[in-house]
Amino acid sequence: MNWRAKHLLGIEHLGPDEITTLLDLADQYVSLNRQQIKHRDTLAGLTQINMFFENSTRTQASFELAGKRLGADVMNMAMQASSIKKGETLIDTAMTLNAMHPDLLVVRHPHSGAVNLLADKVNCAVLNAGDGRHEHPTQALLDALTIRRAKGRLHRLSIAICGDIAHSRVARSNILLLGKMENRIRLIGPPTLMPSQVAEFGVEVFEDMREGLQDVDVVMMLRLQRERMDGGFIPSEREYYHRYGLDAEKLAYAKPDAIVMHPGPMNRGVEIDGTLADDINRSVIQEQVEMGVAVRMAAMELLIQARQPKGVLV
Amino acid sequence: MTDMTTLFTNARLIDPQAGTDQIGSLLVLDGLISKVFGQDTDLKEENITAVNSFDCAGKCLAPGIVDIGVKVCEPGERHKESFRSAGQAAAAGGVTTMVTRPDTLPAIDTPETLEFVTRRAQEDSPVNIRHMAALTKGREGREMVEIGFLQDAGAVAFTDCDRVVQSTKVFARALTYARSLGALVMAHPQDPGLSQAAAVTSGKFASLRGLPGVSPMAERMGLQRDLALVEMTGAKYHADGITTQSALPALKQAKRDGLDVTAGINIHHLTLNALDVGDYRTFFKIKPPLRDEDDRVAMVEAIADGTIDIISSMHTPQDEESKRLPFEEAASGAVALETLLPAAMRLYHSGMIKLPILWRALSLNPAKRLGLPAGRLNPGAPADLVLFDPDAPFVLDRFKLQSKSKNTPFDGQRMQGKVIATFVGGKQVFGA
Repeated sequence: MNWRAKHLLGIEHLGPDEITTLLDLADQYVSLNRQQIKHRDTLAGLTQINMFFENSTRTQASFELAGKRLGADVMNMAMQASSIKKGETLIDTAMTLNAMHPDLLVVRHPHSGAVNLLADKVNCAVLNAGDGRHEHPTQALLDALTIRRAKGRLHRLSIAICGDIAHSRVARSNILLLGKMENRIRLIGPPTLMPSQVAEFGVEVFEDMREGLQDVDVVMMLRLQRERMDGGFIPSEREYYHRYGLDAEKLAYAKPDAIVMHPGPMNRGVEIDGTLADDINRSVIQEQVEMGVAVRMAAMELLIQARQPKGVLV
Repeated sequence: MTDMTTLFTNARLIDPQAGTDQIGSLLVLDGLISKVFGQDTDLKEENITAVNSFDCAGKCLAPGIVDIGVKVCEPGERHKESFRSAGQAAAAGGVTTMVTRPDTLPAIDTPETLEFVTRRAQEDSPVNIRHMAALTKGREGREMVEIGFLQDAGAVAFTDCDRVVQSTKVFARALTYARSLGALVMAHPQDPGLSQAAAVTSGKFASLRGLPGVSPMAERMGLQRDLALVEMTGAKYHADGITTQSALPALKQAKRDGLDVTAGINIHHLTLNALDVGDYRTFFKIKPPLRDEDDRVAMVEAIADGTIDIISSMHTPQDEESKRLPFEEAASGAVALETLLPAAMRLYHSGMIKLPILWRALSLNPAKRLGLPAGRLNPGAPADLVLFDPDAPFVLDRFKLQSKSKNTPFDGQRMQGKVIATFVGGKQVFGA
């Protein structure tokens, strides 16, 4: 079993062997989660705190469920409503929580790098649940698990990531992960939504969606992050849907067995056609949610193990 | 000979005006440089006697640094830096003249605030201090300040610092009015739209870190706008913080066209690049943001060929709290009075710039631009001198800095070049 990381801050610092280790373990948890009794005591007696400085429903629920299924005591803190409003700094909040001796800290923050900053100041394992436009590692891992289960492998696939790449931490983590596993990555989107010099990441960039989707195995759609828009990145939603929204006609350019993914929440009729999203033959969007819980269980177990030099935890 | 004489012997004299770097001696009389002797001069034969003698042991003796654009946080934020602490930092860094910025709280935009800081500076600082004033009231870019009164009160230049005067009409009028008084206007060219909310330079690194970036083109756009207005108004203009190679052709052209234009850069852009930010290290967050290595090298060459005239520290004290934040929220700026000289030595040790050329940018050119007599080793020039060992190695410990704020990007880095002693008006104000 190969796992060295003490925190899960991003895909950037994980090796391919660590990714495989995590996905293998997550596979086991998928089976567990499908049984009636889903409980393990792997993290029994340990405390997990979820700190979300940004609104989240699904990611927070997924982390909470993952912790609870492994027996951890889970606490959710809605940080927007709390001390931040009273002027406390991120580091002070972290130090305060650290004094309560948590074992796992799950953090989402609107600013890139905020989770790295926090991880420097606490003694427990920190999981990045999304920081600004930087990384969202568990999303990339659950996407990877979904792909591996659907395609039977996680290498030498042609994968298109479409939409608002510039504002997407999901895209960054996925580009890093899929690149490390030696896949061919195509980014599709209007140039206003592409990060600068993105081609240097070893990806192909397409402005024409049909051209970009040609013969791909996987189509990953991204949410058009309207809340992140300073304004004026695209002329209108309807033009965006016309040029970059995924529908059956555009999907026909991909391989006949190509799967469709979306990290959610979806804007139906903006980046993806509603019928297509619900098509159980093509869409694996529900599986992604399922894999999310398993991947987060695996990540937490590995981080706790990495902090126990003798591997006391079973 | 009077009693107030000091003879510096066995010095490696760095003369930026003559462009020479040679062993010699230097006689100081009544706070002024009185005579410079070559290595071959027999001092006894010349019948030189001095009350004090200072053996420089072959180390470098150069004009003290004239640092344009130091932020002393008085009034408003004395907990970050005071005239006393900044003055001590300057003395320790070989800076003999600090030219302060008006981006204080409140801004230095009236003769009354200028008189306040002038008085504070005289009380507390061991080095010379000159002050710049804001160009517009409150640095808000709407109405020009009382340029005439402020000039009478001692303002050596007018600048809104990192705030661009967005209205070209307001800026053009201020330039025109300043021209009638022969006042120097300084600006940090930057297109305000493109650079809005940017924390780093756009590019692969910004994309990887997920930080909002600004294209280097924003600087060229800002500079070209300013140069057009300078051509229109005939004003005296200094473009500070020129950090990208794409801005250089316009600058060269403006100089060729005979516009009264100079340009400056701060030391960090000559010694660090965008990748140094690493894992969101906020001490490397400065304005404009650090650039690519290609730009850094082009800037060092621009100093060598004279396209960029002045190197400054852009000393910007920030307390720990304003830096211990997520990168986007953290304050910009770095302290640099004490690290300016050792950092500049990197350019010398890399073989890219010789010492007289370096001192042209650190001392002579800023003094000339502001009409100060300093920055030279000629007889008659003030004896503002720095004695330093260009080779002495050390590891920088930020907590040993004299500045009240310790926000330096060089913390823990190996540096080479130490100030041995600093003299202002012939009087020693620092000794290591």
